[in-house]
Amino acid sequence: MNKFNPSSGKSASIQISRRMFVLSAGKAIVFFGIVGRLVSLQITESKKYSTLSDKNRFREWKIAPRRGVIKDYFNNDIASNEQIYQLHITPENTSNINELFFRLKNILHLTDKKIYLIKRKIKKQKPWEPIIISDNLSWSDFSRINLFLHELQGVEPIVSVARVYHDKSTSHVVGYVAQVSVKDLKNKEYLRDMAVSGIAVGKNGLENKLDKEIIGKVGFQRYEVNAYGKRIRQIKKDEGKEGANYNITIDLEVQKFTAELIKDLAASVCVMDIYSGEIVAMVSSPTYDPNAFVHGVKKEYWKNLLSHRDKPLLNKSISGLYPPGSTIKTIVALSALENDIINPSKTYRCKGVIELHGEKYHCWKKKGHGFVNMRTAIKKSCDVYFYEIARILGVDRLSETAKKFGLGQRVLDGFIEEKSGVVPNTSWKKKFIGKNWYIGETLHSGIGQGYYLTTPLQLCLMTAQIANGGFKIKPHLIVGEKKNNNLKKYIQYKNDNPDLPLQTDIAIANFDLDPLFKNQENINFIKEAMFAATNEIGGTSYRSRLKGKKYMFAGKTGSSQIKRFTEEQRKNEVKQSEIDYLARDHALYIAFAPYNNPKYAISVLVEHGGSGSSAAAPLAKQVIKKVIERDKLRSKNEFIDSEI
Amino acid sequence: MFTPRSIQSSLTLKGKIYSIDYILALAVLLLGIISMFAMYSTDGGTFGYHTKSHIIRFTIFFLLFLFLSFLHVRFWHSTGYIIYILFFLLLLGVKYFGLTSSGSQRWINFYFMNLQPSELMKVGLILFLAKYYHRIHAENVNRIKFIFLPLVALIAPVLLVITQPDLGTSILIAIGGVVVVWLAGVRIKFFVYLGVLFLSLLPIAISFLKPYQKARILTFLNPDRDPLGAGYQIIQSKIAIGSGGFFGKGFLNGSQSYLDFLPEKHTDFIFTLFSEEFGFFGSIFILLLYVLIVHRIIKIGHITRNNFGKLYCYGFATAFFVYVAVNMGMVLGLLPIVGAPLPIMSYGGSSMLAIMFGLSIVMSCKIYKDVPVN
Repeated sequence: MNKFNPSSGKSASIQISRRMFVLSAGKAIVFFGIVGRLVSLQITESKKYSTLSDKNRFREWKIAPRRGVIKDYFNNDIASNEQIYQLHITPENTSNINELFFRLKNILHLTDKKIYLIKRKIKKQKPWEPIIISDNLSWSDFSRINLFLHELQGVEPIVSVARVYHDKSTSHVVGYVAQVSVKDLKNKEYLRDMAVSGIAVGKNGLENKLDKEIIGKVGFQRYEVNAYGKRIRQIKKDEGKEGANYNITIDLEVQKFTAELIKDLAASVCVMDIYSGEIVAMVSSPTYDPNAFVHGVKKEYWKNLLSHRDKPLLNKSISGLYPPGSTIKTIVALSALENDIINPSKTYRCKGVIELHGEKYHCWKKKGHGFVNMRTAIKKSCDVYFYEIARILGVDRLSETAKKFGLGQRVLDGFIEEKSGVVPNTSWKKKFIGKNWYIGETLHSGIGQGYYLTTPLQLCLMTAQIANGGFKIKPHLIVGEKKNNNLKKYIQYKNDNPDLPLQTDIAIANFDLDPLFKNQENINFIKEAMFAATNEIGGTSYRSRLKGKKYMFAGKTGSSQIKRFTEEQRKNEVKQSEIDYLARDHALYIAFAPYNNPKYAISVLVEHGGSGSSAAAPLAKQVIKKVIERDKLRSKNEFIDSEI
Repeated sequence: MFTPRSIQSSLTLKGKIYSIDYILALAVLLLGIISMFAMYSTDGGTFGYHTKSHIIRFTIFFLLFLFLSFLHVRFWHSTGYIIYILFFLLLLGVKYFGLTSSGSQRWINFYFMNLQPSELMKVGLILFLAKYYHRIHAENVNRIKFIFLPLVALIAPVLLVITQPDLGTSILIAIGGVVVVWLAGVRIKFFVYLGVLFLSLLPIAISFLKPYQKARILTFLNPDRDPLGAGYQIIQSKIAIGSGGFFGKGFLNGSQSYLDFLPEKHTDFIFTLFSEEFGFFGSIFILLLYVLIVHRIIKIGHITRNNFGKLYCYGFATAFFVYVAVNMGMVLGLLPIVGAPLPIMSYGGSSMLAIMFGLSIVMSCKIYKDVPVN
């Protein structure tokens, strides 16, 4: 054992203290390093870490909002929401997902493909987000699931709401909702922060147009969760907001009545209030079941819809394009009068055919109408007369009038499926076809053939704007959407003061109206001629007239050719019913009623119906009767009262 | 060899009690009390298993610390080698009778507690080296002959612990040993040689490891290798500390820990929990408390007249500081996760026992500061 050595101990002690000093300096550096780190984490970057901590803590489950209800003019439900039974799975709560699917497959008879798709979807989303296995269970399936629930970990039976449509007559107007697609997300920006399972988006019709307002606001439930995803407690709940409810201008009773009337035809009927522009009915046939789309359309059904000859998915009223045929004669005559190129009493002799530059132009009546003036030409729908005035008028002046009265442009706002049609003129042809205009084409235009293409709703608007005395109106489907009662007030004023000689221009200035005419007498002349066509012997729709002041209406028939008649067919007087269905003419009819105090305009189209007088006018007669019967109720309706 | 007679002291009992460093004792007590509250919070605000167990351990070991403090410094000096050998045998015992938990064999079951000898070795090595360098002449310190023994005493336990495997503790043991060797005045070039030797032995050591042990070491060297394991821990710890802000989320309101985002919150990450609940303010307070303890130990080393006491106190103070710094550096994301408890605060009997044992030798040095050890 070494002896304790003071001198050696002393020098060692100095050495130790010196080296300790070096260590202490090192400690000080480390100390400030730790303090610096604490400052940076807890003071400088505290906000960032608080956010991250909250991200850990809180998880939100979104709640799909209730879609707004669509009701008709009299508060009848058209599109509302119904209780449905759904099955959700939260993947992170399941113990064995494959076993669970095996059980569910037996209970619900799921197909392997469906299971495959669900599994693929599970992989894409977060494990705590519920996934819908079945979005519309029958009550018996739902109760069976509840019976086995204790064995099915992670499965949640949910009572939810989904869209329901009450009548197939409104399918085209209202449209339908379906699951959100990638395309929807691209087109509708508001959907991007609405990603919640089970939300449906409007695909067409009003459901699409109103989607942003009607869809509501997504709510959420915020939970505090632990590291294993277990919900500890609810922090906040936002119910979201129900979508806005709408009343539309459609009268469901008229709509249903009309739909029933044309259910076996490929047809369209539009009815419009000629002063307010409210669309009372807009029916397209055949129709489809919009409810079939809400939970994902069945392949078979979808295939049938697509391959159907009469195109049930197409809203013929606004997306169907048809040559207006003789219905455009009202506009041709009006344009001729407005441009002052002819005196209405001037007569032409119709021999059944005229020749121009070696080309023959036939009247529908082979024998001809003899001497006809403008009134008779409209009444009897003489083609030759209109060949003559179209030739003098020219296609450019005609197109101007036609456009003014609503042809060639979209009638409604926000209907993506609506077509604008064609009102041809020389510059149009140059631009779109790249050729010069031929005079022969002017003649065809004069009877609504050739390049002319219109939608039934455009024809209805045209008729309404003639019927209301030649004032511009804005057709609409939503109550209050384009509130403008000036025209109604003007008419009211005129009716209240029949003796007051009221200058048109003053009246127009006082009531802020937008007239489409130069001389209102011309409008009145056309209206009177349409009256003759319906209510005088020899008129094209005389057989479909309604008697009595209350119901009497004025109309114009039309038949639009699909295929030109060959000379041989003409010679043999081949009847429409004798040729191929798809080659037959479209039957058209436009009218307004009642004649003495016009309120409504109507357009009827029957695809391949043959002639307007035999196929379209009789339908119009029945619809007009129904509309007029409902008029009293409609004019009493609260919406009008509250708005004026 | 010692006899009971040799540890008799000339001081009266009153004088001994008077000589206790009360500031050090109170600082340790305060830290202990704070750790009880922290443990109460890790149990989710209930008087749970960890809290109870921690309170019992702290009470027993604190009393043990006070009791052992009155043992004569000569006793510690004379038993220094024996204690080291005892701890070393325990460490060897772990190899053969040790309990295995989560892939490493670290504990021996002593019925009343599962002892982790590697924790004790942290203090044992410092004691051994303090005695060794006290006994040799200053001029012999740098002779190869005299460097051989401390080197073996240092490397042998480190290798045993590394193969448990427990990298964190083995590094801390090594640091404690190296610090004493440094304090003794061994030339810097020996440390360079030691470093080179260590690096050259590393591949050989690794070749003996099992695949999962290698994986652990690789993860240690590069935490990004396992972002959901070690990486996850450090990310969650930083979030917890950072979100604490200046004043913290409040006692029992640390969402990161009570929602189980924080791993190992009782043991290695106890500082994170405290820091989340008490913020920058609380963190600095704890840090200063540790600095105070280290400072008091250094001061005792300073006033101790014998070199054994000096070497031991300086060595233990530095090692203690390193334990704190490594733990905090780890939870603050400055160092990789190696598994190093925070002295006194962390849950764990062996660590607490080792620290209290170490502190009692420090206190003994204080009481017998003027007594020559041999």
